[in-house]
Amino acid sequence: MVVINSIAKGIVIDHIRAGNGMRVLAHLNIDTSRNTVAFIMNAASKKHGRKDLIKIENITDVDLTVLGLIDHNATVNIIEDHIIAEKIKLRLPETVTDVIKCRNPRCVASSEAGISHIFRLVDEDAKEYRCEYCDDIVKAGEY
Amino acid sequence: MNLKGRNLLEPLDFSVEETESLFALAGRVMDAPRDFCDACRGRLLATLFYEPSTRTRFSFEAAMLRLGGQVIGFSEPGSSSVAKGESIADTIRTVACYADIAVIRHPKEGAPRVAAMNTDMPVINAGDGGHQHPTQTLTDLLTIKRARGGFEDLTVGVCGDLKFGRTVHSLIRALSRYSGIRFALISPEELRVPDYVRKEVLEKADTPFWETEDLAEAMPSLDVLYMTRVQRERFFNEEDYIRLKDSYILDAEKLRRARSDMMVLHPLPRVNEIAAEVDADPRAFYFRQAKNGMYIRMALIMALLGI
Repeated sequence: MVVINSIAKGIVIDHIRAGNGMRVLAHLNIDTSRNTVAFIMNAASKKHGRKDLIKIENITDVDLTVLGLIDHNATVNIIEDHIIAEKIKLRLPETVTDVIKCRNPRCVASSEAGISHIFRLVDEDAKEYRCEYCDDIVKAGEY
Repeated sequence: MNLKGRNLLEPLDFSVEETESLFALAGRVMDAPRDFCDACRGRLLATLFYEPSTRTRFSFEAAMLRLGGQVIGFSEPGSSSVAKGESIADTIRTVACYADIAVIRHPKEGAPRVAAMNTDMPVINAGDGGHQHPTQTLTDLLTIKRARGGFEDLTVGVCGDLKFGRTVHSLIRALSRYSGIRFALISPEELRVPDYVRKEVLEKADTPFWETEDLAEAMPSLDVLYMTRVQRERFFNEEDYIRLKDSYILDAEKLRRARSDMMVLHPLPRVNEIAAEVDADPRAFYFRQAKNGMYIRMALIMALLGI
């Protein structure tokens, strides 16, 4: 069994849907050459059977906005002095840039080089986002 | 009304009040066009047409010339740096060095927004793929307003290609802001309005609408019939185009079922969806509509330039 020690200070992102952790890590833009990051895949989970988990040591100011879009069931705890100092409730971000790619072949974002794919939240309950350019609607998780 | 420096990318970029002010200005231009013949002297309009257009480009050019301004631009991308692979961002930044205001038509949806994001110069969307065509919408609204006096309590039938027809999407958005509007969405199954129009525009505004494939059945209940062309250039598949292109043709026989004061509108160009025999009918408004297009564009250019 793999054993990862608890951290004194940092962020623990738990209950990530198994298989989704790599994507979460990629979008957090953490400099892994300077920070200690533990990334556990397919850990046993009472809730979900299997889960991914990320622990980031010593930094707490990570931009987590995109996390709500990629996996809103994940839990985020900020650790200070070995204890949970704050639990962060994930929400769907109002605007996401270069996370969702527009799949409308008629959209300018699909052909014009160098422009960002921008999506804005239009319906939180339905988890729907709209492309800034072509108005195409996509559901969070279906892109 | 202070629209100076603003863009017009979507039909709802201006509030109802701002749109009404624009109609008032267009009305003053129509009443006394000579009073405005020097309004834009010394100003330059750039027309960036990445897709063929006759009516829209001519009406913008005519509008600027009638205001005493001048026009530069290209009417197909092959004759510009676009053919060398220049980005929209670089093209608009360069054009902004020379011109005061730009009009852009592009086959890709959202291209005018990309242009607007890269310049402080006012940008007008003259049609982006199957998406939006807000100056056509202003033209349509002005035509209805001048004939009807307003937009309250109207049943508007939109007929033909409701899936790719950008003029239809823009018109539905704009009219949904007025109370008492009802829509009959008349199209074949394959060319129904996109989901975002149904959900985000009609359902959100609580605008009554019904979808039907039967033009003749809807005809007696309509105050306005907005005809559109099934556009070959919006189809990836030629077979689908051929199958659907003659879905709805308005002729004198069908028009007999319509009210005596119903207005027939069409963004033009038409191919065969309105028979020539309809042109002489007093209910045919589409050529007056084309003329109104120039006047509303004159008003728009002046408003965005702060004149």
